[in-house]
Amino acid sequence: MGMEMREELLKVIEKNSRIDLKELAIILGVEEIDVVNEIAALEAEGIICGYHTMINWEKTSLEKVTALIEVRVAPQRGQGFDSVAERIYRYPEVNSVYLISGGFDLMVILEGKSLREVSAFVSEKLSALEAVLSTATHFILKKYKDHGCTIAQKKEDEREMITP
Amino acid sequence: MRNPVSDVVVNIKPSGIRKFFDIVTEMNDPDVISLGVGEPDFDTPWHIRDEGIYSLEKGRTIYTANAGLKELRQEICRYLYRSQGLSYDAASEVLVTVGGSEAIDIGLRAVCNPGDEILIPQPSFVSYEPCAILAGAKPVIIDLKAENEFRLTAQELEDAITPKSKLLVLPFPNNPTGAIMERKDLEAIAEVIRKHDLLVMSDEIYGELTYKGKHVSIASLPGMKERTILINGFSKAYAMTGWRLGYACGPAPILQQMTKIHQFAIMCAPTTSQYAAVEALRNGDEDVAQMCNAYNQRRRYLLHAFREMGLPCFEPYGAFYVFPCIKEFGMSSDEFAARFLAEEKVAVVPGTAFGASGEGFLRISYAYSLEHLKTAIGRLERFVKKLRS
Repeated sequence: MGMEMREELLKVIEKNSRIDLKELAIILGVEEIDVVNEIAALEAEGIICGYHTMINWEKTSLEKVTALIEVRVAPQRGQGFDSVAERIYRYPEVNSVYLISGGFDLMVILEGKSLREVSAFVSEKLSALEAVLSTATHFILKKYKDHGCTIAQKKEDEREMITP
Repeated sequence: MRNPVSDVVVNIKPSGIRKFFDIVTEMNDPDVISLGVGEPDFDTPWHIRDEGIYSLEKGRTIYTANAGLKELRQEICRYLYRSQGLSYDAASEVLVTVGGSEAIDIGLRAVCNPGDEILIPQPSFVSYEPCAILAGAKPVIIDLKAENEFRLTAQELEDAITPKSKLLVLPFPNNPTGAIMERKDLEAIAEVIRKHDLLVMSDEIYGELTYKGKHVSIASLPGMKERTILINGFSKAYAMTGWRLGYACGPAPILQQMTKIHQFAIMCAPTTSQYAAVEALRNGDEDVAQMCNAYNQRRRYLLHAFREMGLPCFEPYGAFYVFPCIKEFGMSSDEFAARFLAEEKVAVVPGTAFGASGEGFLRISYAYSLEHLKTAIGRLERFVKKLRS
């Protein structure tokens, strides 16, 4: 499978990881066996890292709080930011950790059950790390768009049966 | 009271698509799903809409030059140069119109004298024939054939030419068949055109939507630019149908006369749309590629589904239509479409809406999401099975 086809496959399953493999082969114009092999290779190479589901938790009864935490860090000799990042990302409640350019170093995205739980994490765990110089926590109040999906009602097809 | 209306207009047949859609509208059944529309299911890309909004905020609510914003005409020239290697003069060889439709109308009116014959290959878009009649010309229909994948051959063209022939309408990539004309096909046609000293109106509104190499404009072939009116627009490529914006490029003497009609009838194309179109041409290539890719995936899905059903369908390489053959069921296209609508609640357009040579075929649009197509194809499969049993 060529590089271009590989990328097209990835773009399709990034939007719909539940697509039937036979159907995927049809819309890409290749054989099903090639799709199966390619996906296996992409998984083995660590290019496909998982198959997740986009969920609007706000519509469920489950309480969830998401926070973006800016972290300033003193880099460690010989390891830069990596060892601090690792210490942070090992916590299961941490969703993502990014090294960022600009006014701070790490961006930590955290999901907790409540405000209190998130504050406890920041004050007791994150700030307590020796290398962490300071933190600034931003709570997410409302999600408008996530992973390229607009969190809103689906749009109706309003096209009229118009014709010249 | 004297006859209040024009006989010429009264004698024009109403659109075949219209007739069928009226039935759908009358049914007023929420379960009816459609494979009938001829416009993209995508919204106009946001950055293009944003430029339109910005132009309104800046108070750009006045007329533009009759021929269109200079900036837009220059972008059109740049686009045609980078995509086709064509060099047009923005000042005298480009006219911005209200959709490609207006360009067809005024293009025919600008070149036709009474009695001139306009060669129109069919199946094709429904406007060429009435516009030729309104221009005082005589439409001469060339029936395209399924065995040629609905391409126009030099022989078919040669056979239709008379001393009165003036202009050939070349509607490729084609609505409703999805057929394209590749370079070798066009070269054969161009030779006949030059030999008989004809004009060409090349309607390339679907030119960005091809699935087998890049579209070739007949105007880019040797000796053809000076006898071609090239028509294109923003509706299909950029999903901008509602903005009503198209353009025509061609020899200055023809464009001058077209601009004359345009200035008296229209003044200028919508200003907001023109500003948005500048942005589309400058920064829209990636959007077009993405939409084209999505159409291609759906096209492959439909072709595969027809093959599974055993419904004959040549592989269309352009636009967003497939044109399967339903002759095996012994029904006319009209009957098939009417029964399919009544029994399975799916609206498709009978091939005959686009000319008599569309008999035995259906136009199925894939300007719909894959999910929608799957539902509709499931119903078609059930219907076909029922007819065969």
